[in-house]
Amino acid sequence: MSFLSVRNLSARVKGGGTLLRDVSLDVAVGEVRGLVGESGAGKSMIGKAVLGILPKAVEITSGQIMLDGVDLLALPPAQRRIKVGATCALIPQDPLTALNPSRRIGPQITDRLVDILGWTRQRAEERALALLGEVQITDPTRVLRQYPHELSGGMRQRILIASAFAAEPKLIVADEPTTALDVTVQKQILKLIAALQVRHGTALLFVTHDLGVVSKVCQKLSVLYAGKVVEDSAVADFFRAPKHPYSAALLAATPKYTDPLAGLQPVPEAVIAAVRAEVGHG
Amino acid sequence: MADLYTITDLHLSLADMTRKPLFGLAPRLDILKGLSFSIEKGAVLGIVGGSGSGKSTLGRALVRLLEPSGGRVVFDGADITHLSDAELRPLRRRFQMIFQDPMSSLNPRHRVGTIIAEPLRLHGFDGIQARVLRALDHVGLPKEFAQRYPHELSGGQRQRVGIARAIALEPDFILADEIVSGLDVSSQAQVLNLLERLVADLGMTLAFISHDLSVVRRLCQRVMVLQHGQIVENRETAALFADPQAQYTRDLLGAIPLPDPDQVWS
Repeated sequence: MSFLSVRNLSARVKGGGTLLRDVSLDVAVGEVRGLVGESGAGKSMIGKAVLGILPKAVEITSGQIMLDGVDLLALPPAQRRIKVGATCALIPQDPLTALNPSRRIGPQITDRLVDILGWTRQRAEERALALLGEVQITDPTRVLRQYPHELSGGMRQRILIASAFAAEPKLIVADEPTTALDVTVQKQILKLIAALQVRHGTALLFVTHDLGVVSKVCQKLSVLYAGKVVEDSAVADFFRAPKHPYSAALLAATPKYTDPLAGLQPVPEAVIAAVRAEVGHG
Repeated sequence: MADLYTITDLHLSLADMTRKPLFGLAPRLDILKGLSFSIEKGAVLGIVGGSGSGKSTLGRALVRLLEPSGGRVVFDGADITHLSDAELRPLRRRFQMIFQDPMSSLNPRHRVGTIIAEPLRLHGFDGIQARVLRALDHVGLPKEFAQRYPHELSGGQRQRVGIARAIALEPDFILADEIVSGLDVSSQAQVLNLLERLVADLGMTLAFISHDLSVVRRLCQRVMVLQHGQIVENRETAALFADPQAQYTRDLLGAIPLPDPDQVWS
């Protein structure tokens, strides 16, 4: 059964261009779905639409976002915030800007638990400590008292992951959580996200442009072009035989160090022309 | 073949301002700890390493945007280790750099034509207009692009402008510092194929700094792996990938997620 079901969602810049075209996708309980596409394809927009954090200039023109059987777009804003806040969380892209530089780590994790979910401060702090342990931070008591600038990029990303899992969400939107990290740290972080996701049974909407990452953490994927889903496949099937010519071309452009002759083939003009015509883009 | 660069026991340290006492000097932080290597004329050298390994600092020492604190940097027979700005100026045309982020390295108020023409004028070239158009043609941009502003271009097109600006000076050496890390796979492929062709056609020497070993394998004949400011491995690309010697190289290779669900990734 799908926990998140996006149905025919369209969005545009107010008085301007189209961002999402009739997007439909499902994320089952405990499932990881990758959202891939080039920059500007709208993959982050879908995550933001689900969480209700779209920029003010963007409006949803039609469609439904069913979360746990409730249409979020039909709810009044206050109720929508409560529903999303209780069941969803975000792992943001850039750990440098996502943490407040002038506050200690501790309250940045516990504030939400105390203010929104009504936990006692002690319970929230115990939870934060346990989670920092789970994301393999040594000496979590000390880290809770530290400021973001005292920690490395990998440590900061671990803290954001801990923070995302803090309230036992059913769905986490991970928006390119490892693009700012180098490969060895990226591997640790991806393994960590995957392990926590399995242990807590959390569904994940994983936004990335890296097909290598998709093949490691996702079970399903949606390929986007110009705001439209051009392919929706199981990951194992996709890498064996992509269904859409555009996604095949995207795969052919991805370099592989094991095969110096593969990869780095730009998406052919003909494929771009065809996919543009298909999605009705410019 | 002759070496274009010979680097001997290169050290570079910077003041660690985060640990500076209220009075007195800040302690020195060693970034590069005694590197020795050479770059052959016409070679394409990949420089890889994790963040903080010193790869960008090394690049900046090669094109003398930073002054080494020890060792020697010899460029085509001339010791440029401690040359002053004035002494470096006539040499600068010969070693050029392409930057990581084209949005912050291209002046947003200037048209593409002006951006490419500026260094040509500074170095006293003649026939600037023709050279600008030739550079645009080399990087596969139509000549109308000379009239555009950087914000009107896509990321891949902007990076082509950065390449055009560098090659217009007909340099002997180009340093490319993470120039495709901000691009989508398709534009990344275009830019890399372009660079590969230009280096061969124009007979330039290239140092390509990257954290992506897949990209390096495709483009470079030699790869140098840096860790904590030291060279852990410097070998022919094919040999390095076939049989990595250093544990750090093996870790780096093992960490790359290949677009292949059957890869063992543990």
